[in-house]
Amino acid sequence: MLWVDKYRPRTLDQIMVHQDVAQNLKKLVTEQDCPHLLFYGPSGSGKKTLIMAIICQMFGPSAEKVKVENRTWKVEAGSRNIDLELTTLSSTNHVELNPSDAGFQDRYIVQEIIKEMAKNRPIDTKGKKGFKVLVLNEVDKLSREAQHSLRRTMEKYSTYCRLILCCNSSSKVTEAIRSRCLNVRIKAPTEEQIVKVLEFIGKKEGLQIPSGFAARIAEKSNRSLRRAILSFETCRVQQYPFTSNQSIPPMDWEEYISEIASDIMKEQSPKRLYQVRLKLYELLVNCIPPEIILKRLLYELLKKLDIELKHEVCHWAAYYEHRMRLGQKAIFHLEAFVAKFMSIYKAFLIATFG
Amino acid sequence: MAPVLQTSQPWVEKYRPKQVKDVAHQEEVVRVLTNTLETTNCPHMLFYGPPGTGKTTTALAIAHELFGPELYKSRVLELNASDDRGINVVRTKIKDFAAIAVGSAQHKGGYPCPPYKIIILDEADSMTEDAQNALRRTMETYSKVTRFFFICNYISRIIEPLASRCAKFRFKPLSDEIMSNRILHICNEEGLNLDEQALSTLSSISQGDLRRAITYLQSAARLFGSSISSEDLIGVSGVIPQEVVEALFSACKGGNFDLANKEVNNIIAEGYPVAQMLSQLFEMIVEADDVSDEQKARICKKLAEADKCLVDGADEYLQLLDVTSNTMRALCNMPQEFSYD
Ligand SMILES: Nc1ncnc2c1ncn2[C@@H]1O[C@H](COP(=O)(O)OP(=O)(O)OP(=O)(O)O)[C@@H](O)[C@H]1O
Ligand SMILES: Nc1ncnc2c1ncn2[C@@H]1O[C@H](COP(=O)(O)OP(=O)(O)OP(=O)(O)O)[C@@H](O)[C@H]1O
Ligand SMILES: [Mg+2]
Ligand SMILES: [Mg+2]
Repeated sequence: MLWVDKYRPRTLDQIMVHQDVAQNLKKLVTEQDCPHLLFYGPSGSGKKTLIMAIICQMFGPSAEKVKVENRTWKVEAGSRNIDLELTTLSSTNHVELNPSDAGFQDRYIVQEIIKEMAKNRPIDTKGKKGFKVLVLNEVDKLSREAQHSLRRTMEKYSTYCRLILCCNSSSKVTEAIRSRCLNVRIKAPTEEQIVKVLEFIGKKEGLQIPSGFAARIAEKSNRSLRRAILSFETCRVQQYPFTSNQSIPPMDWEEYISEIASDIMKEQSPKRLYQVRLKLYELLVNCIPPEIILKRLLYELLKKLDIELKHEVCHWAAYYEHRMRLGQKAIFHLEAFVAKFMSIYKAFLIATFG
Repeated sequence: MAPVLQTSQPWVEKYRPKQVKDVAHQEEVVRVLTNTLETTNCPHMLFYGPPGTGKTTTALAIAHELFGPELYKSRVLELNASDDRGINVVRTKIKDFAAIAVGSAQHKGGYPCPPYKIIILDEADSMTEDAQNALRRTMETYSKVTRFFFICNYISRIIEPLASRCAKFRFKPLSDEIMSNRILHICNEEGLNLDEQALSTLSSISQGDLRRAITYLQSAARLFGSSISSEDLIGVSGVIPQEVVEALFSACKGGNFDLANKEVNNIIAEGYPVAQMLSQLFEMIVEADDVSDEQKARICKKLAEADKCLVDGADEYLQLLDVTSNTMRALCNMPQEFSYD
């Protein structure tokens, strides 16, 4: 098992970085009339870990006995019947899924599953009816329609079913949904907190960590705990005992983008644009999300650019990312950004050096 | 056997008014519907307005008061965005229900029970235009025996031919005073203590949305116990602390791109919602004394554009960075046009 999974805290009491949030959530759960929850915060900050721990707090260890299923729903969509397939993770008391995986048909999933859960309520030994918890991941990627169909459902079935929603950016969740939940912000852990977690793992694994080594990993992690733990494990595989000047391997794709940035800075021509295009394709084929590529490219370019150009370039990055969102083919917009950059940079070079 | 948690209602449901007369702040619609209860005359209705102002509450209340628990199921059809309301459903389910004839049984069990049915189409703004068009005929054909209640946030998404057949009521955001009254009422029932300041904070951060206010109140009560302070409420509300907004603003004034970029990165890492950031930045800039009108105009134009991009799903970091860069250039009187474009 990877360390990220092996050392994922299981209960609210074991949580290391968001202790304050964890304690609050504990109080919330013990009061029993807990509202719907919306967790938001950057990637790798520990949202999922907290959510699993709450469910564990609510239902005890039985919540950890989960089964993964590929389920098919038959839904009536207008005049046709369609089959929708989706992977769900469930225990007796909760169901977890990624409705946005169903693409534009996500709303059917949302409509069906909540109603279905309302029908099958768990009953305890005394015959009392309980409620289930539905965890919906990536709600910021839900279509508007699916978000709309959650609104009244959240109210209507609130006695049977609690929703725990999870997303990166709450700006993309409609006001109407946010106002129906307790919003819980999970910030990225600080570098010191990351160091603590790494040291904890090191101790459990019986490793000697030279001073400053954990801090260097934390610094390169961009405040993502997952990233830090992953690269810690990679270092362990590459070389142990650690040395204090041991290099921390960057992600392949990040290095690749750094190369692209150098390519663009060196030459601005249709030929170079074509070469860059192939590299961008390569990244897309390897499932690096296009907005991540664009942001990383901007990051690399900003490191190298003259102050005069920074404003201009960040504007166009925002501009093309927005267009990419509205369009269908990411490669067009990535390429357009590169072309735009080349033209600006060339004009700058000519104006400055003739 | 797994332990099962007992169910209980969240406060928003617990304190949802059951009678039309208890709906606060929407005098006009309450007056018209109170009249309906006496005369049983009821036009088609269209309720519109921002979230948490009582639209669903009012529609459900009048339906219950007209028919009582016994007849409710047979006389009221409630469909919302979680039900399929495509054109087929309009042609079948809705039409069939609308077509059912009803007897003129008056005053059953103390309820007026008028000789028509009610179809509540909640969240009607998410119905397609085709489906709405298909409704026109049904509405006309069965208007003797069926009344439609349309509920939506955005009236512009309801096609004109439907809207023009209805009596329209705009639900206003609740005033601070009304809001405070409702909150105090809940505090009394639940045994909570809220001081003056906390009360006014709660009204102001909820911006006229009573549902939001109640959710915040319940969350704060669960987290911080029965004595709730203004800070507790800000903590659960997702409002960004003023210092954070100020730090970004002064980074813009400082004119150093890299420092400002760092600030933006930090805001994203802390997980603050950028849409919220933009609206708080907007307030700060509009009120700033040391910023000229022209500068304000430049900045606000960009804020509006970024807001739209966010709604389209654009990346939060890039949008905030763009806004920050633009604000910096406005405040430092750098030219509006780019030089190498
Ligand atoms: N409170 C914590 N204490 C110690 N380790 C943690 C804590 N929270 C998370 N981790 C570690 O960080 C890893 C990533 O956390 P998690 O999967 O919860 O992130 P996330 O916020 O859901 O990210 P994403 O948005 O990318 O899905 C976990 O696998 C776990 O090892
Ligand atoms: N005018 C009001 N008077 C009394 N309580 C209200 C009023 N408006 C809202 N509430 C409270 O807020 C909750 C939500 O109100 P309601 O469901 O009617 O909102 P809505 O206008 O339908 O919002 P949405 O557009 O998001 O569906 C109710 O349960 C009730 O507790
Ligand atoms: Mg996750
Ligand atoms: Mg409503």
